[in-house]
Amino acid sequence: MEYILKNGIVYDPANEINGEKKDVMFKDGIIVDDVSSDAKVLDVTDKIVMPAGIDPHAHVAGPKLVVGRLYRPEDSRRGVTQKTKVLRSESGFSIPSCPATGYRYSRLGYGTVVEAAMPPLEAKHTHELKISKGYGIKIVNPCGSEAWGWGMNVHGVNDKAPYFDVTSKEVIQALAKANEYLNLPHSIHIHPNDLGHPGNVPTTIETMDAVKDIKKSSKATIRDQVMHLCHLQFHSYTGNSWRDAASGAEEIAKYINKNDHITCDVGQVTLDETTTMTADAPMEYDLFKLSGLKWTNKDIECETAAGIIPCIYSGKSPVNSLQWAIGLELFLHIDDPWKVCLTTDHPNAGPYTRYPRIISWLMSNQRRTEMIENREVHKWVEKRTTLPTIDREYDFYDIAVISRSAPARIYGFEDRGQLTPGYRADIAVYDINPNDIDPSRQYAEIEKGFNVADYTIKDGQILVKDKEIVKVKESQNIWVNVKGYEKQEQKVIDDIMPFFTQYYSVKWENYPVHDHYLSNPIRVDVEK
Amino acid sequence: MTYEPPITDYDYIVENCTCAFCGCNCDDLDYLVKDNHVVAVRHACRLGASKIMEDMDQRLIVPMIRDENGELMEVDWDTALDKAAEYIANSVRPVFYGWSETSTECMKEGVALGEYIGAVLDNQATICHGPSLQAVQNAGYPIQTLGEVQNRADVIAYSGSNAMNSHPRHMARYAVFCRGYFRQRGRFDRTVITMDPKFSDTAKCSDKWIGFEQNGDYGFYNAIRAVLRGKELYQDVISGIPKEDIYELAEEMKAAEFGVLFFGLGLTHTLSKQRNIDIAIKMVQDLNRFSKWGLTPMRGHFNVNGFNIFMAFECGFAFGVDYCRGYPRYMMGETNTIDLLVRKEPDCFMVIAADPGAHFPNGANQHLANIPVIQIDIHWGPSTELADVVLPGSFIGVECAGTSYRMDGVPIYMKKAIDKPETCRDDEWIVRELKERVMKLREEPNTAPKYVPNPNAL
Repeated sequence: MEYILKNGIVYDPANEINGEKKDVMFKDGIIVDDVSSDAKVLDVTDKIVMPAGIDPHAHVAGPKLVVGRLYRPEDSRRGVTQKTKVLRSESGFSIPSCPATGYRYSRLGYGTVVEAAMPPLEAKHTHELKISKGYGIKIVNPCGSEAWGWGMNVHGVNDKAPYFDVTSKEVIQALAKANEYLNLPHSIHIHPNDLGHPGNVPTTIETMDAVKDIKKSSKATIRDQVMHLCHLQFHSYTGNSWRDAASGAEEIAKYINKNDHITCDVGQVTLDETTTMTADAPMEYDLFKLSGLKWTNKDIECETAAGIIPCIYSGKSPVNSLQWAIGLELFLHIDDPWKVCLTTDHPNAGPYTRYPRIISWLMSNQRRTEMIENREVHKWVEKRTTLPTIDREYDFYDIAVISRSAPARIYGFEDRGQLTPGYRADIAVYDINPNDIDPSRQYAEIEKGFNVADYTIKDGQILVKDKEIVKVKESQNIWVNVKGYEKQEQKVIDDIMPFFTQYYSVKWENYPVHDHYLSNPIRVDVEK
Repeated sequence: MTYEPPITDYDYIVENCTCAFCGCNCDDLDYLVKDNHVVAVRHACRLGASKIMEDMDQRLIVPMIRDENGELMEVDWDTALDKAAEYIANSVRPVFYGWSETSTECMKEGVALGEYIGAVLDNQATICHGPSLQAVQNAGYPIQTLGEVQNRADVIAYSGSNAMNSHPRHMARYAVFCRGYFRQRGRFDRTVITMDPKFSDTAKCSDKWIGFEQNGDYGFYNAIRAVLRGKELYQDVISGIPKEDIYELAEEMKAAEFGVLFFGLGLTHTLSKQRNIDIAIKMVQDLNRFSKWGLTPMRGHFNVNGFNIFMAFECGFAFGVDYCRGYPRYMMGETNTIDLLVRKEPDCFMVIAADPGAHFPNGANQHLANIPVIQIDIHWGPSTELADVVLPGSFIGVECAGTSYRMDGVPIYMKKAIDKPETCRDDEWIVRELKERVMKLREEPNTAPKYVPNPNAL
């Protein structure tokens, strides 16, 4: 089937197309240069056309998500909708049910989501390296989650895990080297130590500095970084306690502006009631001690831990307002939008359905000023952050970078994230005329426009048309298969087998994710 | 127990099979197969081994339909499936109950059918660990995988659970006797405390037995919490336990490096029901101020946890999910099977891999006798006597493969070892067939003409 998207205003940062009026054509799910005269014309005159969104860090399918749903029926109730002929029923706000998660991403014009937490032991649940069918290496609070096995935590990158003679810094460096040695498409993806603790800026900077001298694999040509930091907002606090906490965003941004081996996503607080969940389990217990709300914990043997707690982010709260401002500061202080991605660390800082609102904040200094002046956020924002002094505003090109092109480059995707012929036809069209809108003043229209895409096209199939989902497509899993190390791999397996047999509660044969669980997998082969 | 000589007469061994009995889901079983029949099972406990080996005992082999005289008559698959589909398609308030002894793949088909026709989907949690789930929704859920217990735990507490009898390998494989990374001496590195009114077999092999009064659970845990929070106990004896013992126990629990509380139906189904679990969870949360503690419900069936996890994944609610309005609803006491049956609401009941005839209260079973009941199961049971259509399924983990979730939420792929009897079908196939036949018989009810977003989610 051939299609032509006619007269749209195209933003495709990977090809440096900035708001040009041009046609986008695709055939059989692939973007092409030219189509025959039989091509079906979709008129998108004066509407924004972008590659479909890519969410680089969200929690949508991991095993802890389901625990969140299981124990928060009050959240499920919030988003209930009736089924239609096309759609199944939905439920949930911060932790939507599985079908609802997909539908809502489609409505936002998103085509790819990276689940950021999948303990290999429970990977079958996520159904997404040859053993666990994952895409990259994620490190959470290195040594801290091990310490949590004893109800403790580590502080800073030079703390040792109890009973193990290894520090967080060593773990990070070793994994970064392994990552580059294996030529993985994505760099290490790290959630540094001391998340959410005032005064964690030095830890964050030391973490970034730890991999400064590690050389990027020459085969990983797409990405530039050797380390991706997730939800950086939670790692940019100064002070000694919440009493005297302030923003450290400027210092962090300065480091990132100076160094090219780092990329990040923000984890912007959206000021909603949400469900926080992270593998940084000790931090979740700290939150529990602060808020007293129902606390869930989930330790996974030999691998990780997770904590979950509901959280009500409010503009009335000084701390939450500070977090809100720090997120925006990071966006605005980091000069190169290619180094920063739009996330809320869904659902930790807010649900991903709030992306349009964040976009409106980024594009409108007026809106930010209004929020501060109207006391929609606490006065700490003025006193303890630089946000009121920043008048930078993102344009549509920058928005396309942080929500599509940068994540695609950071993950080393070779098949999506740009409108280049030969790439997958993952396209989003928004009902906004960029030549006839002043985002600074018309921020409400911006939010409304990005809230529901006019068209969402995934692999050439039209999923959303005229703001309505018209088709549901089965999801696909992307996983990385490293080739050329079969011998070493066998040796590693032989080496860990005695450990595995003795200390895991499942058998090796039952540990991997069988092909049975992968629907339409996309295997990315990486050669030696 | 008499000595049984080892089985030597077998054709081949299938290794690393998963036991389809209790929530331990031991995945290290070896089946000794001869003539397409499991003649011996290695590593399994007596419960698991006998279930696997005696799989042909009282086995349902062919589909059956109850005729006008009230007798179950053997029929072919098409007739039976058509009849069952007709019952479902013609009902206004169908209930699909069970699911805990079948695979998650089968549940997927079940939800598709339930959502299509507007049924209530519920599982055995409604009569077993339902109060635990209520408490989890109220207070939180600090859990850990069983391997974490094996590697770290030095204090193990069983409350209202007689693991020695109900989950025989639990202590051996996961919790007490096994050696762990930080517990190299196994049993000698651990302290076992049993809190139970009964001096159970588990209590017999524990270091400490605390036999509080019947229904004294809430008061007992409340007292421990009070002590943990630095309060003084004014009564000399609480729930039958001298207060000195409670002080001592609280100190012991605080001193643990890694403690775990396993609780069973003895805690969920005494007087205060979910409030018992509530306070136990809060006690564990309090204990985390001093050391590391977690808890785990001792789930009974091998996939009872699987249904709760699967439903939460699909619709956000764990059990008792009512789709009759075209969207999921969940309300304790309203959308649960027993309440529905006692109110005589359902007009069609499908039971899959469960035995309400044996387990439900009389009032509920009385209504079941009056409405069409479809049974999908592998064995004859009291529910067969209530059933109008009987559809013989196959044995997950032995005759067909599937996914199950262990009590701690670890998913395990249960593989197939032998072929099923020729006339039986896989549960997944049966439910899919029913779904397709129902879809032909009846247009999808309760769909909205147009998607209407929920204002609360915006």
